[in-house]
Amino acid sequence: MKLKQENAPVYEALTKHMKNRVVRLDVPGHKGGRMNKPLRDFLGEQCLRCDVNSMKNLDNLCHPTGVIKDAEELAAEAFGAAHVFFIVNGTTAAVQTMVFTACKAGEKIIMPRNVHRSAINALVVCGAVPVYVNPGTNKRLGIPLGMSVEDVKKAIEENPDAKAVLVNNPTYYGICSDLKSIVEVAHAHGMLVLADEAHGTHFYFGEGMPVNAMAAGADMAAVSIHKTGGSLTQSSLLLCGKNVSEGYVRQIINLTQTTSGSYLLMVSLDMARRNLALNGKDMFAKACEYVRYASGEINKIGGYYAFGQDLVNGKDIFAFDDTKLSVHTRAVGLAGVEVYDLLRDEYDIQIEFGDIGNILAIVSAGDRELEIERFISALSEIKRLYSKDPAGLFDHEYINPIVKVTPQKAFYSNKKAVPVKDSCGRVCAEFVMCYPPGIPILAPGEMITTDIINYINYCKEKGCLMTGTEDLEINYINVIDE
Amino acid sequence: MDLWFTEKHTDDVNFTIKVKKQLYSGKSYYQQIDVFDTYEFGRVLVLDGFIMLTEKDEYIYHEMVTAVPMAVNPEIKSVLVIGAGDGGTIRELTRYSTIEKIDMVEIDEQVVEVCKEYLPQTACKFDDERVNLFFEDGLKYVRRKENEYDLIIVDSTDPFGPGEGLFTKEFYGNCSKALTDKGILINQHESTYYDSYVDMVKRTHKRISSAFPVSMVYQAHIPTYPSGHWLFGFASKNLHPVYDLKAQDWEEFGITTKYYNTELHKGCFALPNYVKEILADE
Repeated sequence: MKLKQENAPVYEALTKHMKNRVVRLDVPGHKGGRMNKPLRDFLGEQCLRCDVNSMKNLDNLCHPTGVIKDAEELAAEAFGAAHVFFIVNGTTAAVQTMVFTACKAGEKIIMPRNVHRSAINALVVCGAVPVYVNPGTNKRLGIPLGMSVEDVKKAIEENPDAKAVLVNNPTYYGICSDLKSIVEVAHAHGMLVLADEAHGTHFYFGEGMPVNAMAAGADMAAVSIHKTGGSLTQSSLLLCGKNVSEGYVRQIINLTQTTSGSYLLMVSLDMARRNLALNGKDMFAKACEYVRYASGEINKIGGYYAFGQDLVNGKDIFAFDDTKLSVHTRAVGLAGVEVYDLLRDEYDIQIEFGDIGNILAIVSAGDRELEIERFISALSEIKRLYSKDPAGLFDHEYINPIVKVTPQKAFYSNKKAVPVKDSCGRVCAEFVMCYPPGIPILAPGEMITTDIINYINYCKEKGCLMTGTEDLEINYINVIDE
Repeated sequence: MDLWFTEKHTDDVNFTIKVKKQLYSGKSYYQQIDVFDTYEFGRVLVLDGFIMLTEKDEYIYHEMVTAVPMAVNPEIKSVLVIGAGDGGTIRELTRYSTIEKIDMVEIDEQVVEVCKEYLPQTACKFDDERVNLFFEDGLKYVRRKENEYDLIIVDSTDPFGPGEGLFTKEFYGNCSKALTDKGILINQHESTYYDSYVDMVKRTHKRISSAFPVSMVYQAHIPTYPSGHWLFGFASKNLHPVYDLKAQDWEEFGITTKYYNTELHKGCFALPNYVKEILADE
């Protein structure tokens, strides 16, 4: 019998398995929670009972032939992909699989510099060489945008030996490049197109959304179902088009992915796919409606600027994701990260991130009017109680990197730690980033400049969570010891 | 036939009353609404399984949230009531002829409709010409108001469910903005007798205190609420609930009350030690 989107094969098999009351003389050793009762009481008995190992009737993630294969095929149908892989090592693993599939050591990959750290990490591991396309920047908001088709075309023509182009669809801020045109240019030059769709699950199901990678003809896409699709944290999908070999991609995945795939994560992917296929359109319409309402109300408060479709310019902002509730805070005299901290510390509201000039709230159909009203009211109160003269605020603009050596070479070179203040002119051997958003300020192999040092110091002063360096305090930075 | 309604006061304590007849049961967008006729307490309004009022003791609550602020500032003209779909607070306010405007914001229109039909004892003054009804979220409503009300009464359900937003710091801050310089905020403040409520009472008091220079708690005995010992909050920008009491002025209103009197007013701000300790604990 042909399976339908109403089915959820992993869920159905797990349900049946639990009814059978099979004797557990295998791992995991907690045996449905009996070995660790406080954990069972905390997480719930059902959760621990579902935490099982691969077995014949539940299939095996490394080599799926049964219910996982069925679930992946249903996902492929739902996402319009030739093949889909369930990923349980995070979207990081999906992004890395895309890079490893497309490039070997020494081969070139074209990408915007505002990629997530997972993409540059992949270059450190496999030794591929990045060709960065500088993203456009919005001076008022101080954020990096998408890539213009002209810039991608130029990079492709200058680097005809590159193997692939990686595109954020969308960026963390909800900004999309003209993916369809980029795919046409790249394919015309025999390059693969890889899409980081960590924040793009809803593009496959919502109405009036920017084009999704599979519809645009991209070859692979890493989709964080857990971010906006309703599965558990760390679960993800890797989508493939018809130009890549399913078997080769699976071999790449199995180089690094766990052999003990979590059924909690897999069943969450399976059930999220079913829910998205059946109800996705309505769910994302609801999220967009919340965002539309909240943006309007926030803009009425004054000072704040909730941005969206008004930014679209057909080039480096080809399209905007309407589910993103992004607010520019500078005119209130507060850095985004300061508003982010106030929301959490004073109002018990946790948002996704605050950077130097903006905050971003993730809104989904799981929210209620109540949460939206609280967010708006809290912003109104923050303005009333904490707003300052914006004159003293840093007018940050995205800083284009100066790449000296490949990320892999820099990461594995002889290094020494120097004080950040004395590092100007040296080549950085590690990452420096605010997390979130996790877009590197410095990646291994890039030159440290005065602008960058000032920016790092300002981020620290404003209370951004800085990560990536060996020195957790970021007083010292590793540079290449020439 | 033996029909009983039980409300869970804690996991280990139930409150049960014998029911004559169930008059209404329905589910609105926001909550489950039930009305019972009972032998001991008359008609009873229940939201999501929690008793909101009974005909026998509702006067205590409604007098205490209205007479207390009116006796501190008898010149109150403009009042905002949030919640209060049963109409009891509105009924009490309309007894003061000096009040010029009563805006009521209730999130759930269905509660008002049900009360109009089944609880005429409280839902009897909605058509007073000074009363304006708004069916929307209280947090949203008050956010857009500035320096407009002399009194805000938060007559809400418990802090879990549709009333949740009315126990937040942003709400109290917005209330402060919506009030005039002599403005007073009254809120139902739950109870500290059972441990399960203690954290919320503490947090609520702390949040109100962060928004208002004067923030005090007073008490009343409400037999059908958990433990019977109920608290209210009195917050203002400068008026003290006892030192600024204008007993004579209030007497001159000539309003007959069953629970409140101006002597009790002074006494109700004197709290038991265990309550004082809880409120003082950061």
